[in-house]
Amino acid sequence: MPSFVIAEKCDGCKGGEKTACMYICPNDLMVLEPNTMKAYNQEPDQCWECFSCVKICPTQAIEVRGYSDFVPLGSSIYPMMGTEDVMWTCKFRNGTVKRFKFPIRTTPEGEANAYESLKGKDIESDLLSTEEADGYQVPKPQATA
Amino acid sequence: MALPNKPKGELKAVRDPEVVEKEVDVLIVGGGMAACGAAFEVKKWADNESVLLVDKAALERSGAVAQGLSAINTYLGENTPDDYVRMVRSDLMGIVREDLIFDLGCHVDDSVHLFEEWGLPVWKKSPEGKNLDGKKGLKQGTLKEGSQPVRTGKWQIMINGESYKRIVAEAAKKALGEDNILERVFIVELLLDKKKENQIAGAVGFSVRENKVYIIKAKTMMVACGGAVNIYQPRSVGEGKGRAWYPVWNSGSTYTLCMKVGAELSMMENRFTPARFKDGYGPVGAWFLLFKAKALNGLGESYVTSEAAKKELEFYAPYGTAAITPTCLRNHLMLFEMKAGRGPIIMDTVTALAELGKTLDKKELKHLESEAWEDFLDMTCGQANLWCATNTEPEKKNSEIMPTEPYLLGSHSGCCGLWVSGPDYDWVPDAYKLKADNGKVYNRMTTVNGLFTAGDGVGCSGHKFSSGSHSEGRIAAKQMVRYAKDHADFTPELPMGKDEIVDMVYKPVRTYLDNCEYTTADDINPNYIKPEGMMYRLMKATHEYGAGTATFYETTNKNLEIIMDMLKVMREDCEKLAAGGLHELMRAWEIYHRIWTVESHLRHIQFRKETRYPGFYYQADYPNQDDENWFCFTNSKYDPQAQKWDTFKRDYIQIIPSE
Repeated sequence: MPSFVIAEKCDGCKGGEKTACMYICPNDLMVLEPNTMKAYNQEPDQCWECFSCVKICPTQAIEVRGYSDFVPLGSSIYPMMGTEDVMWTCKFRNGTVKRFKFPIRTTPEGEANAYESLKGKDIESDLLSTEEADGYQVPKPQATA
Repeated sequence: MALPNKPKGELKAVRDPEVVEKEVDVLIVGGGMAACGAAFEVKKWADNESVLLVDKAALERSGAVAQGLSAINTYLGENTPDDYVRMVRSDLMGIVREDLIFDLGCHVDDSVHLFEEWGLPVWKKSPEGKNLDGKKGLKQGTLKEGSQPVRTGKWQIMINGESYKRIVAEAAKKALGEDNILERVFIVELLLDKKKENQIAGAVGFSVRENKVYIIKAKTMMVACGGAVNIYQPRSVGEGKGRAWYPVWNSGSTYTLCMKVGAELSMMENRFTPARFKDGYGPVGAWFLLFKAKALNGLGESYVTSEAAKKELEFYAPYGTAAITPTCLRNHLMLFEMKAGRGPIIMDTVTALAELGKTLDKKELKHLESEAWEDFLDMTCGQANLWCATNTEPEKKNSEIMPTEPYLLGSHSGCCGLWVSGPDYDWVPDAYKLKADNGKVYNRMTTVNGLFTAGDGVGCSGHKFSSGSHSEGRIAAKQMVRYAKDHADFTPELPMGKDEIVDMVYKPVRTYLDNCEYTTADDINPNYIKPEGMMYRLMKATHEYGAGTATFYETTNKNLEIIMDMLKVMREDCEKLAAGGLHELMRAWEIYHRIWTVESHLRHIQFRKETRYPGFYYQADYPNQDDENWFCFTNSKYDPQAQKWDTFKRDYIQIIPSE
């Protein structure tokens, strides 16, 4: 289901330090056309429909149209990203609309504890750094214990 | 027609790129769960050792978890690593590395506890037995504190995992430092040391954003770039070929990079053809395990409980008769129905939700519906859209399921990959301890000194999934630092000069520039082949000869003989791959990696004269399992000097007794 860019909404991330969709696409599909300063999906048949570009776009200019080889027209799904939740709007071909809200993280962005000051002690042991800090004991197979 | 021909894409490639040379102690190649695990762990052990991580994409959304996940499939909790080994062994038809699996089982929960601490919402069971999603569930306490997750099976726990990769990448970036991360650089070849035999010395690649070739020397490195996708013709061949079940950007780089410097591969014949919701490839795990849905054949029968199915499974005892039917045999039963004219296979979502609804009030029912949709929206958004487009409300309309095209991987229900060292415990057999040049054992090191892998890269030990790949990356990271410390006086020296490396990496660009003006159509030129054309050639060959979906995953000696010849010619033609832009240059190297990986896959199928994994593939000349001759690992090694393959057996050693 390839992503597409709505021409009117895309401003090429002019005000940002990077073109958001181009920065994020895991398959290097989104590119900026420098003359029009608008982004496009350069290889729609390699799109995994991961929605990374849709979710990151600051102007909500990117949506997804179902793969032409098996998805009928007329539906859409769209995520609105918050800091704690994502709100999905799912529109059916027959007009039915469903909305779902799911949590995405329980800590503020940027607050993941990376244990930057933790230093491992015994490089010869098989313990990982946080296991060593916790005093974890590695079990042995029961048959050999 | 716009003449002269113009290269595709917005970032044109130039004939002579800039060269960036770097030298570090520890190099991490990849950006997925394993690489993020390594990035988190490595600095905890490094003192003065320098580290660099190189990712083909952006760490925030790269790898198999880019889109998110709705479950963590490996969390031991109250279970023992011994039972974990038993489960993996049975699912993979007996031949696995029990040392690696046990070891992983000892460390995986620590990573899951970190994920929750970092902010990943984990579902919890309330004291009344209700499912609470991640935010509400936090009030029950954390997993580490002993609160109860929502188990869909013995090993799986449910999460709200839309931002799973973002959270894990955030911790990885903070731990490693942004200055030590290179994004959008694709490593295309590894290099051995000029003087020291069988010692890794460096990696070379290029930026997909700027005309720059990277030459990176390192004492030790981990290569963890995922599995291999789009190697067989997918069931959807138009736009839909992007909708691979596994991430479409996984190009077999892990296997190809390592095998080309002589690292030993193991069980490359193993593959994965997951049965998923047809076309959208949405997950079925929650439907089977959480919602207790049944799969029906075209006649509406629950075929897995039929007498015919039982008989068919007995044929593959003890795996077929195990309490949990191995994944490949579940596929086999599905194919058995389809071939007998009793297809298609239907997931009975309607009955399942109606049954569950009997005990629920209106609010709970609404939550159940939401859970069903979240399963897709967290990890396979496109499946949700397919339901919308086909007016499929699962409580009203059933959906078809179907086994996919083949994928190669070592972290899910598959076990192909590199032959690596196990941990250095007294209970680990000597044959599983690979000794480095100094006589020491480094856990997860390949047969090339200093070269490590994790996640999809480690063979013979499937069922790691996202959490296990992360902890395996951490294990490898600590060992790499240990290796670098033990080899402090080693200075890597590359066997190729700077110009020679640039010639190699940018060859497709120069081939393009030398020839593109000859014809009036950019893609059609007798002097070169574009990566897209080569991709179709590979897919057609594997589809028809290599046990693809065209033949219900069946191949024969003769078919294999034919495709091996075709692959040889493909490798020759890869010398004429052409790329006008940086994106196309990435595609050129990806298809090259895919061809090498497929060749090793088929070489292994050719060597193993039995059908070990019915449902994943069938060798029609040897349709049965042959424990007497083939209850062993099949390994292979490419000799980079002689440019020759050797394929051979290694003994399976049982460590964990059966129950």
